[in-house]
Amino acid sequence: MTDLPQLQRMTYREACRQAIRVALQADPRTFVMGEDVGKYGGCYAVTKGLLEEFGPDRIIDTPLAENGFTGIGVGAALAGLRPIVEIMTCNFSLLALDQIMNNAATLSHMSGGQFAVPLVIRMATGGGRQLAAQHSHSLEGWYAHIPGLKVLAPATVEDARHMLAAALADPNPVLLFEHIVLYNAEGDLDPGVTAVDISHAKVRRAGRDVSLITYGNSLPKCLSAADALAADGIEAEVLDLRVLRPLDMSAVIASVARTHRVVIVDEGWRSGSLSGEIAARLAEDALYELDAPVRRICSREVPVPYAAHMEEAALPSARDIVLAARALVKPL
Amino acid sequence: MADFTMPALGADMETGKVIQWLVKPGDTVHPGDVVAVVETHKGAIDVECFLEGVIDKLAPLDTDLRVGAVLAIVQGTGVATAAHMASAAAPAASALPPVSPMAAPVVNPAPVATAAAPMTSIRVKISPAAQRTARELGVAVGNLQGSGADGAVTLADVARSAIKSVAPPIDRHAARSGFDPAQMRHAIAAAMSRSKREIPHYYLSSTIDFGTAQTWLDAWNLQREPIDRLLPAVLLLKATAKALEEVPQLNGFYENGACRPSAAIHAGWAVALRGGGLVAPAIHDANRKTLAELMSALRDLVQRARAGGLRSSELTDPTITITSLGDRGAESVLGVIYPPQVAIVGFGRVVQRPWVVEGQVVARPLVSISLAADHRASDGHIGGQLLAAIDTALQNPDCL
Repeated sequence: MTDLPQLQRMTYREACRQAIRVALQADPRTFVMGEDVGKYGGCYAVTKGLLEEFGPDRIIDTPLAENGFTGIGVGAALAGLRPIVEIMTCNFSLLALDQIMNNAATLSHMSGGQFAVPLVIRMATGGGRQLAAQHSHSLEGWYAHIPGLKVLAPATVEDARHMLAAALADPNPVLLFEHIVLYNAEGDLDPGVTAVDISHAKVRRAGRDVSLITYGNSLPKCLSAADALAADGIEAEVLDLRVLRPLDMSAVIASVARTHRVVIVDEGWRSGSLSGEIAARLAEDALYELDAPVRRICSREVPVPYAAHMEEAALPSARDIVLAARALVKPL
Repeated sequence: MADFTMPALGADMETGKVIQWLVKPGDTVHPGDVVAVVETHKGAIDVECFLEGVIDKLAPLDTDLRVGAVLAIVQGTGVATAAHMASAAAPAASALPPVSPMAAPVVNPAPVATAAAPMTSIRVKISPAAQRTARELGVAVGNLQGSGADGAVTLADVARSAIKSVAPPIDRHAARSGFDPAQMRHAIAAAMSRSKREIPHYYLSSTIDFGTAQTWLDAWNLQREPIDRLLPAVLLLKATAKALEEVPQLNGFYENGACRPSAAIHAGWAVALRGGGLVAPAIHDANRKTLAELMSALRDLVQRARAGGLRSSELTDPTITITSLGDRGAESVLGVIYPPQVAIVGFGRVVQRPWVVEGQVVARPLVSISLAADHRASDGHIGGQLLAAIDTALQNPDCL
């Protein structure tokens, strides 16, 4: 018993912080840059304490100018550094869309591979904490549209702890979307795991009746929906996409081949969403595995409301997932 | 290399479904070989291929495919006998664009210019996975009760059915589920509506003295075993086919604004199906067959029309329709032309009636004969010639 590694209980926020600290310790080319990352300790307190530990040259507070500091991040990466740019929420990243899409994502291609942009951008995403429409949207699906980017959505403490290192090791720009509701979530970290891949989806719960395909903060909702479904005799498989671009469709298809029914849960808006892309690819490549129509649970197509009851109604809920899955497996 | 395409098994057919392949890739086919069973509203039809060569690719089973869609690719000489190609390609197929390389399933059949009546295809709501499995297990899905979302047939439904039927072997009989009366009703409605909407019919009728023919027939039958005896219908059929040799304008098709007479006379013989419905498959080259040959062809055709097993060429080839009401039918009939044909000849029941022969009223067996013809293709004068020619033929049964 004693030689089993001791699981470490920690929050997702703490896992993110450890990941950054270890990265800063491991590579002198690494630095953190963003709004309020230094003295304030990060809007979501992820970088708290790092300024004291690493100093102002490596924990850089920037003005409120996403296009400016993201552009600096692109330049620093081109020049050989390994910047970690924090954008307070992905809603604000639209100000830096030109730097992300027209510069970071394209330069390697436009230079014939001569200029890599090893840039990592962390962004908070999603709703559920009453931060209203300008701080609550899920735009990772948009970024998953862009060739040249890798888009990650850590949903567990383990992925929050280890995805950053893999992202920094990638020679091309990688975007990490950290869901604001997950920061306070606790999980057990296995010290035996020292790295994770950033190319595969992962089955978080095995089941035979229906696949719940999801990512980010919809993962815990799917897991709790799976518990409720199990009480009803329905075994749901929960697949955490983890990587939104490139999509691990072989994992999705493998899961659907086991269950033949699928509910895709995506906190983005339904129209033009990542869930739509997955549904389309299932129709293209796995039609004959489907024993029921593909269902999607997405956010209502409104700007995410401020009022708590309305916000709750606008976002996907475990109950929505249970109802959709049950209707596929046991239609009345 | 040549494409073997979905034939138009009648003017009212827009799509068909291969329910069984009787060949596999690598097999050699010769013109006239039956290669597939296609399900249409007329039931399961044996479809012939008029190509010569080696089968390469096959279209999937149980998928609605449009007329003209590629069913198989035939490698090799690929040259068909010209006559058969002409007739196989006959009616409506030409209006449809070729689909290539392999046919895509029809989602929303586009309205076809020549077929004015919209046809809603009746589809079984079945999940793709269940459909695939049903095909693998040879389970007929038409009658399954769906228990899935939206009432669709699911894998579980197919599995239950497969257990119940103890894995039936896939033989030609099982595949031949027969026609669906409701679907056939729908198809007849579409074809007949189109006919009445598009074709300006004109009608002619005559009453013919069947006495000479009847006497001749009785004498013929008296000398023969029951199996070799002829029905009056055979004389009517042969007389009509012979008469058409003299009046070719009434034998053929009206398409794209022009009448296209056919050199061959393939008589479509109307067969009423038990349980409702009607089909008029061809007796090929009816004018050149002997009465005995026609009798056996007729017997065979009626049997196959009712039991399933009509051949595709029998559905595509008729150049005219003949309907004979038989000895329990009405006294006369005015038919509706089956498009794109240009005429239909109808015979009523043979009845005993007073008739004037050489100035004396005598009892004679009479038969009412009618013609409904397409006024775009011919005029009443021509139609009258046909009826007169049929009359003449029936008065000279030795020549039939």
